[in-house]
Amino acid sequence: MLTSLLPEFTVERNEDRCIQCRVCERQCSFDVYGYDGDHDVMVHREENCVACQRCAVLCPTNALNISNNNYTYKPNANWTREHIQDLKKQAETGGVLLTGMGCDKPHKIYWDHILINASQVTNPSIDPLREPMELRTFLGRKPDHLEMKDGKLKRMDTPSVQLTTPIMFGAMSYGAISYNSFSSLARAAYEYGTLFNTGEGGWPKELRKYGKATIVQCASGRFGIDLDYFNDAAVVEIKIGQGAKPGIGGHLPGEKVSEHISQTRMIPEGSDAISPAPHHDIYSIEDLQMLIHALKEATDYRMPVSVKISAVHNAPAIASGMVRAGADIIVLDGLRGGTGAAPKILRDNVGIPIELALAAVDTRLRNEGVRNWASLVVSGGIRNSADVFKAIALGADAVYIGTPALMALGCTVCQKCYTGKCAWGITTQDPYLTKRVNPEIGTRSLVNLLRAWSLEIKELLGCGGINSIESVRGNRLQLRGIGLEQWELDTLGIRGAGQ
Amino acid sequence: MSLSTAVKEGDQISPRQVIKLDATGTYYKDLNREIRSLAQAGARKFEIHNVYGQRYLGTNLWGIKDRDKIRLKIFGTPGSDMGAFMDGPTLEVIGNAQDATGNTMNCGRIIVHGSAGDVLGYGMRGGEIYVRGNVGYRVGIHMKEYMDKIPTVVIGGTMQDFFGEYMAGGRIIVLNKFFQGNPPIRQSYFIGTGMHGGSIYVRGDVEAHQIGAEVGISEPTDDEWKIIERYVANFCSVFGLEKNQVKLLKREKFWRLYAKSKRPYGRLYAY
Ligand code: SF4
Ligand code: SF4
Repeated sequence: MLTSLLPEFTVERNEDRCIQCRVCERQCSFDVYGYDGDHDVMVHREENCVACQRCAVLCPTNALNISNNNYTYKPNANWTREHIQDLKKQAETGGVLLTGMGCDKPHKIYWDHILINASQVTNPSIDPLREPMELRTFLGRKPDHLEMKDGKLKRMDTPSVQLTTPIMFGAMSYGAISYNSFSSLARAAYEYGTLFNTGEGGWPKELRKYGKATIVQCASGRFGIDLDYFNDAAVVEIKIGQGAKPGIGGHLPGEKVSEHISQTRMIPEGSDAISPAPHHDIYSIEDLQMLIHALKEATDYRMPVSVKISAVHNAPAIASGMVRAGADIIVLDGLRGGTGAAPKILRDNVGIPIELALAAVDTRLRNEGVRNWASLVVSGGIRNSADVFKAIALGADAVYIGTPALMALGCTVCQKCYTGKCAWGITTQDPYLTKRVNPEIGTRSLVNLLRAWSLEIKELLGCGGINSIESVRGNRLQLRGIGLEQWELDTLGIRGAGQ
Repeated sequence: MSLSTAVKEGDQISPRQVIKLDATGTYYKDLNREIRSLAQAGARKFEIHNVYGQRYLGTNLWGIKDRDKIRLKIFGTPGSDMGAFMDGPTLEVIGNAQDATGNTMNCGRIIVHGSAGDVLGYGMRGGEIYVRGNVGYRVGIHMKEYMDKIPTVVIGGTMQDFFGEYMAGGRIIVLNKFFQGNPPIRQSYFIGTGMHGGSIYVRGDVEAHQIGAEVGISEPTDDEWKIIERYVANFCSVFGLEKNQVKLLKREKFWRLYAKSKRPYGRLYAY
């Protein structure tokens, strides 16, 4: 226990309501509660509380209130409480601060400075309840021109995949998340007709039946990879980087490598799973081209190959190289992208917001006349269906969601995923906790989320008098900026509101 | 291009028949497709002549029955990523190989009569690679093993820097020109940085400043000598060397490099 820190949160118990049922004690995986039998009262170790709210939600008498505690250092705009606490932690441990989930700093959220258009008088809006609305999305390289043969459209010889809605579940590995969470994502994607991403931790054999809803990753650690792994899937993705920790590798500590995880990753039980920072066979765009085509050979050119990078300063130039190297899908993961574990200093300071990266990459690829060579997928900071709509209007073909999907499974964004103690049973391998996600209910919740967002996107389309998501793609005239400076409007390629 | 006439659906080729292909001027995609369709029709023995830089030989053979019986004898210089992700076949190169040979290979055998380039055996998970000559930089990075799948690489000549980095399993044996008259050799550096599993056996001297901080150094145990002898005997047999030369090895100094800890990065973080 760190000695020099103030508790972050206060646990208040309404003793009049509390019935000493000890539910809170059983539910809290951070060891906050105990029961003092002598006095028949519950006791608290507040300093352990992470405000995941598991206890408060499950308390049958609503006796608990978890709030920010009021202790304060002398207010100081420079030395905030977070800076002070972090510094003290490091002085005691000498270690790199770890964290989970996406960047929580108040960097500008551009979605909140972008507004959507609607039809009035000059073109009628459309009621999605009355008229068909098309959300179907195809990912993969599109031809430069269409060719007719004997009066029929010639089929493209580049592979593509079809989504019923432009929303996919982003990469979260089995290992980072529990089996029940992982299988819920697989089933929900399969049921709804979209894709989920295995991340880099392999793909359990019994989930291969959801293959047509699966993107498999080839990351620097090459865990769980063989030819079946690629060929059983719908898309293969090369993971170069991740928004939460651009430029560094991953590390699943040995204690999380249980028997089933060891089988799935194909490494010995209890050994660390270390992903090197770069792929050591990729030091250039030419090397990337080599791996992309190795994967195409390995899958006999049957499926699109995707490449995922984190959104960094020169993302447009890199993306241009990726497209020329043969990537059929390019994925940009923004500054606010989530993670199971990352050094806090990287998560909060490295990379750029996805909105700017997306617009810049789309513009660059259009200017170079290669935008159709690859689909563009973005992730990292999508919070609702309007964000999805705005992303598509800025040029994305589809989005990945990670954190929102976990929230559908119960997550409350307490950012403690790296501890492996997730009280909601998601980012943990402790069998006592993983039971908390029921895969049936999890699948339902995820399907509900996809359905709700899809309905809302249809409403947004309808109000703009548009009946197909294809007509919104890269249609930046649908957007206006508010509270943005000229350089920001220019980068986003949109006009200011009222203009 | 003068590939053999394309096989038609339903054609059967005897597995004993040696299929000869001339790869002159053939794009790798076409060459590999041709090999795949011949293999699907039953062909198991191939001789591919005039190979000049065609990549990914042996990669595109997924899902073919008995693919571990497929044997490609390659004359010339195959391109990079030869045997990438390969799962069963045997590739024998009468010549040199380029970069990333056996990349993330799962199973099978690669034999290179000349030298091989950089990043050989990256992320390799099973199978065997024998190189008679030298290998380049970054060889054997992040090799790993699981249960009875223990990838093994034997190098007759020398290796360059960054050898066996992040190694998580498997074995690499470096003979440092034992079968080439034992000349003085260049030292390589940054061996085994970040190593957390597996073993490297090097003939000759290895000094502390050549290896990563995570690497331990000791003499091979008797059991390990048995492994070294077994694979060097294989090495001799694939390259047609006198088998009893293996006995001479015993007089040589070998060092075993191993991971000091399975958790090299355990104490890095504050929770
Ligand atoms: S850590 Fe979560 S379950 Fe435990 S006391 Fe805090 S809010 Fe409640
Ligand atoms: S997954 Fe669990 S540990 Fe991570 S933020 Fe959500 S509730 Fe907290």
